[in-house]
Amino acid sequence: MNICVCVKQVPDTNEIKVDPVTHTLVRKGVPSVVNPFDTYAQEVGVRLKEKLGGKVVVISMGPEQAKEAIKSCLSVGADAGYLISGRPFGGSDTLATSYILSEAIKAVEEKEGLKFDLILCGKQAVDGDTAQVGPEIAEHLGLPQITYALDILEEDGKIQVKRECDEGYDMITTTLPAVVTVVKLPYEPRYPTIKSKMAAKKKEIPILSEKDIPALDLERCGLSGSPTKVKKTYTPVKEKNGVKLQDMEAADAAKEMVKLMFDAKIL
Amino acid sequence: MSNLTDYKNMWVFVETENGKPKNVGYELISVAKPLAEKKGCELVAIVIGYHVEQAAKDAICYGADSAIVVDRPEYEFYTTDAFAKALTTLVKKYKPETLMLGATNNGRDLGPRVSCRLKTGLTADCTGIDIDEETGNMAWTRPTFGGNLMATIMCPENRPQMGTVRPGVFKKGRYDEAKSGTIVREEIAVAPEEIRTSLVERVKEVAESVNLEEAEIIVSGGRGVGSQENFAILRELADVLGATVGCSRAVVDAGWMPHAHQVGQSGKNVAPKLYIAVGISGAIQHVAGISGADTILAINKDPDAPIFGVADYGIVGNLNEVVPELTAAFKAKKA
Repeated sequence: MNICVCVKQVPDTNEIKVDPVTHTLVRKGVPSVVNPFDTYAQEVGVRLKEKLGGKVVVISMGPEQAKEAIKSCLSVGADAGYLISGRPFGGSDTLATSYILSEAIKAVEEKEGLKFDLILCGKQAVDGDTAQVGPEIAEHLGLPQITYALDILEEDGKIQVKRECDEGYDMITTTLPAVVTVVKLPYEPRYPTIKSKMAAKKKEIPILSEKDIPALDLERCGLSGSPTKVKKTYTPVKEKNGVKLQDMEAADAAKEMVKLMFDAKIL
Repeated sequence: MSNLTDYKNMWVFVETENGKPKNVGYELISVAKPLAEKKGCELVAIVIGYHVEQAAKDAICYGADSAIVVDRPEYEFYTTDAFAKALTTLVKKYKPETLMLGATNNGRDLGPRVSCRLKTGLTADCTGIDIDEETGNMAWTRPTFGGNLMATIMCPENRPQMGTVRPGVFKKGRYDEAKSGTIVREEIAVAPEEIRTSLVERVKEVAESVNLEEAEIIVSGGRGVGSQENFAILRELADVLGATVGCSRAVVDAGWMPHAHQVGQSGKNVAPKLYIAVGISGAIQHVAGISGADTILAINKDPDAPIFGVADYGIVGNLNEVVPELTAAFKAKKA
C-alpha cells in the first residue's frame, strides 16, 4: 500500500505568548514542531506500510525550514519526503493550499513512479485549526474521504476506519484510493533512534516549486487563488472588573457571595 | 462565476441525526436572524436527512422564514458523498448569499467539501458573525493559534460566503409554536455507487451522557481540585444547584474525568447562565470555551490567576474550604 502523508510545520501553540503591550503574538523563540495530529497520520501510515509493504511518502508545504518537519518524519519510518515550496504559494488560504497540494501529490506520484492508495492528513493543524485542507484535497482529487479517524484497521487489503462521533464511533469502509484525516490513535507515535535520526539527516529532500508542477494554474495559488481574506487580527482582551472576595474566612466569603449573587438575581 | 448580486438570502444548515436536529442548527438560526433582518433577506433552514419534516418545522418555529428539505432514505446516515451532492445542488439552484453550518464533526466534514466544489471561501469555527458596514460582506470572527489570536475573515468576491460555527457559542432563540413558513421539498436522488463510503457499525461508548452545551449552571473543576476523588465536593455543589459538572483539559489529561466533560477549545463550548470555575487557572483555550457564559464565578487560591480577569465574581481562597461552604450557603438560601 502506497501512502502519502501530508504534514505541516507549526509553532508550538502551547508556547505562544501574547505581548502585553502590543497585543501581538510573540513568535520569536517559539519552537516549531510537526503538527501533532499529523504525527498520528504518519504513525498509522508507517504501521500500514510495515504490514502491507509499499512506500510512505511525506509532503509538506512551507518555507525551506519545513524540511525539518519532513526530516523528523523520515526518522520515524517515512521512506521519502518532498518539500512543496515556491513564492507563488505564499498567502494561500485553505482552498489554494489544498489545490497546490493535490497537484503536488500527482507530481510526486509521477516522480516516484507509483500511485497512492491512501492520503493521510492530521485532522487539523493546531495553528490554523480549520480542518479544511484534508477534505479539500479529497475534493480536488475526486476521492472519497473519511475525517476524524481514531484508528485505521486493515483486513485483506481493505481498510476500515474508526471515525469519532458524538456518542462513540462509527466503523466506516471506503473504496481506495481515499483521503483519511486522523484525530488520534490508540497508541503513541514512535520515537526516533539515534541511528534513524542520522539516516534521516543524510536523506535528500527534493523541493517541488511551481516549475516542477507544470499542471499548476498559478491563478489558483497564493492570494489570487484564495477567496477568503483576513480583514483584521487582534488578541482577545477580556478584562472584567468583577467582584473579588479575598482575605476572608471561607464561610464568610461563601455567604457573602451567595448573597451578592441572589441580590443580582443571577440565581 | 455568475454575478455576485444573483446571490440572495441567508442559509442555515440544520444537521440531523436519526431525524433529530442537533441544537447547533437552531443556535445558528438565532444568530443569523438579526443579520438576515439587517440585510433585508430571507433566512432559510436547509434540512437534509430522512424523516426530517419535524426538524424543518421546528427550524421555522425557532425563527427561520422558510425551509428547504431533502428527505430521502439515502440520507438516513450522514455520508460525505450524498450530503455534498445534495447541498451543492441546492446552492447551485437557489444561489444563497451566505451559508452557515454547525462546526460538528459532520459539519466540518461537509463544509470544506462543498466550499471546495463551489470554489468559494469557508471560515471555520467562528465564534462571532457580523455584517461588514462598508461592504455588506459577512465578517466571520474566529480564534486561531489555540485561541491566542482572533481573526476576522471575509469572502468578498465569491458566493456563497460560507462559515462553520461551533456548537454552544450562541443560544437557541425562543420557540414560537404559532409561527409558520413555507417548506419546499427537493428530491435529489443519489445512486448507491455514488456513495463511496459505507457505515459498517455504530458503537456507542459514552456510558453517562453529559449535556454541557445545554446546561444552565456548570460547576467546573481544574487541576487545582487535586484529585479524582476530590471532585466529590464539586458534585455536591452541583447537586444543590441542579448543575452539570465540567472540567478543564488538565483534568482530562490527568485521567480524573472523561473527555465528554471537558470545557474549552478542545472540548465543548458552553453558554450557561452561571459558570463556576473551581481551581481553574484560566488558560486562554479554556476561556475561549466559556465566552458564552452569562456570569462566571471563579474560586482559586492564586489572586493573580487569569480566570479572575474574565470572572464576574471571584473568591480567593482554598477551594477545599470554600466549595463546601458555598454548598452549605446555597442550601441554606434555597431552604
